Amino acid sequence: MSILIEKTGVLDTFQDLGRFGSRKEGINPNGAMDKTALRLINILLGNSETEAALEMHFPASEIKFEKQTLFAIGGADFTAKLNKSPIDNWQIHLAKKNDLLKFKNKHFGNRCYLAIDGGYKLDEWLGSSSTNLNAEIGGLEGRKLKKGDRIDFNNTQRSNNSIPKIKIARSIIPKYSNFPTVRIVKGSEYNDLTALSEQNFLSQSFKVSANSNRMGYRLEGTELHLLEKKELISSAVDFGTIQLLPDGQLIILMADHQTTGGYPKIANVIEKDLPLVAQLGAGDGIGFHLVSIEEAENLKLKFEKDLSFLKIGLKLS
Amino acid sequence: MESKKNYKIYSVGENAITIDFGNFISPELNEFVTNLADLIENNKFEGFIECLTAYSSLTVFYDSYQVRKSEEKLLTAFETVKSHIENQIEKITDTKSTEKRIIEIPVSFDEKFALDLDFVAKTNKLEKKEVLKIFLSKTYRVFMLGFLPGFAYMGELDERIATPRKKTPRTKIPKGSVGIAGKQTGIYPLESPGGWQIVGKTDIELFTPNDNSPTYLNAGDLIKFKKVK
Repeated sequence: MSILIEKTGVLDTFQDLGRFGSRKEGINPNGAMDKTALRLINILLGNSETEAALEMHFPASEIKFEKQTLFAIGGADFTAKLNKSPIDNWQIHLAKKNDLLKFKNKHFGNRCYLAIDGGYKLDEWLGSSSTNLNAEIGGLEGRKLKKGDRIDFNNTQRSNNSIPKIKIARSIIPKYSNFPTVRIVKGSEYNDLTALSEQNFLSQSFKVSANSNRMGYRLEGTELHLLEKKELISSAVDFGTIQLLPDGQLIILMADHQTTGGYPKIANVIEKDLPLVAQLGAGDGIGFHLVSIEEAENLKLKFEKDLSFLKIGLKLS
Repeated sequence: MESKKNYKIYSVGENAITIDFGNFISPELNEFVTNLADLIENNKFEGFIECLTAYSSLTVFYDSYQVRKSEEKLLTAFETVKSHIENQIEKITDTKSTEKRIIEIPVSFDEKFALDLDFVAKTNKLEKKEVLKIFLSKTYRVFMLGFLPGFAYMGELDERIATPRKKTPRTKIPKGSVGIAGKQTGIYPLESPGGWQIVGKTDIELFTPNDNSPTYLNAGDLIKFKKVK
């Protein structure tokens, strides 16, 4: 009734869609970096979208299935192999007892998700199973997985383990790239940028520095400046908030961001494009395209409707 | 209250809105935003997720899809939530100061915990015991929680002992450490990297994840530090 970690990965944690309602206590939401990947593979398996999956970085864990189960992987492509056979992302696969899942190379992206039929039995805290590494709680004992860890399945697996022949339409999978242009909306200090800095921000490309992790990505590029230096007192920030640091460089806050921050907030990456950012790693590039709040909302509205259609479609098949 | 008409309102992405009453620290403004957050939490709208109060601003998080879906109007979710917040502001006639509990926090200022007490004293040209006397003489307000689970930003410190953050943050600050940053004071609920000037340590558990209320301190609380041997 479980998976067994045969070899330790560099940073593999359980994450769901996040922990909400406790930001005022300094407790940040955590959750998957690439929420779209997580949602899609859960939907594919017929799980609740809020079910937690294993978020893996490369080199990833080697995982032994100790019981037959249906599973799906999505997000980054780490050239997964079940025993000797290559397996694709965004599809349902069947693992038999004692099958071994390995990830050979980092072909594309930086975060790969492994969901199983019915979900894992995890530590829930404040309504979420996401791992909070700071507070050492949630997921599996609030920590990253290591060799010898055994994670049980929920008792809600389908009895019939034949592989449903369904696939996710290409059009709904994020258009991942190692040099995406992501859409942003203005932040509170956007209008304080100098004209030249605004132009550079929207036309230049920026490089993701090695100093990037689940908390945030430091970018390297043309220095940006405000019309006048601003001393701000702390206020709320969110996943996707782009702040301007005192040295003129940018940081994009990611899933493990702190709840509040005092640096100028230049912009926010729109929710639909966060998965594109989530799959970036050191050395990748990024550019920004400004949209209005209305456009950002419309894009989200359309995406959520597409997901509802996908769910209905999968149920019918 | 005058300041309630004087605010800046902006989006933090398409799922959050911040209403900012001024870029300064004041107990009255903080009381006002805390009251406003209570009102909004008691008058939830479809799609509401949570409120976060900071020193003088309030951020409301929502799911813009849920807000739009429930509104058959042509308004954006941003406009809908904005007018909801503005309606709540109108309801606040004056800032009622609710009765506050005063929480006493025992702190040891022993040399082995007070890593930067010397520095704070030298920076302010005071004796160490003068620093402590000034530090212990005031009641502090918890303005907000942030940075770490249960980390309370408290103020304001007497100008005579205000000290800037360390230029290079420490990689490890022990749990329970009491620090100073500018005119703020705070306690590290967990071991963490950090740049505050450490002047003491408390044994109080500030973050108890498995309790119903996981944080010992909350915004609006009043704090008095007490010296222990």
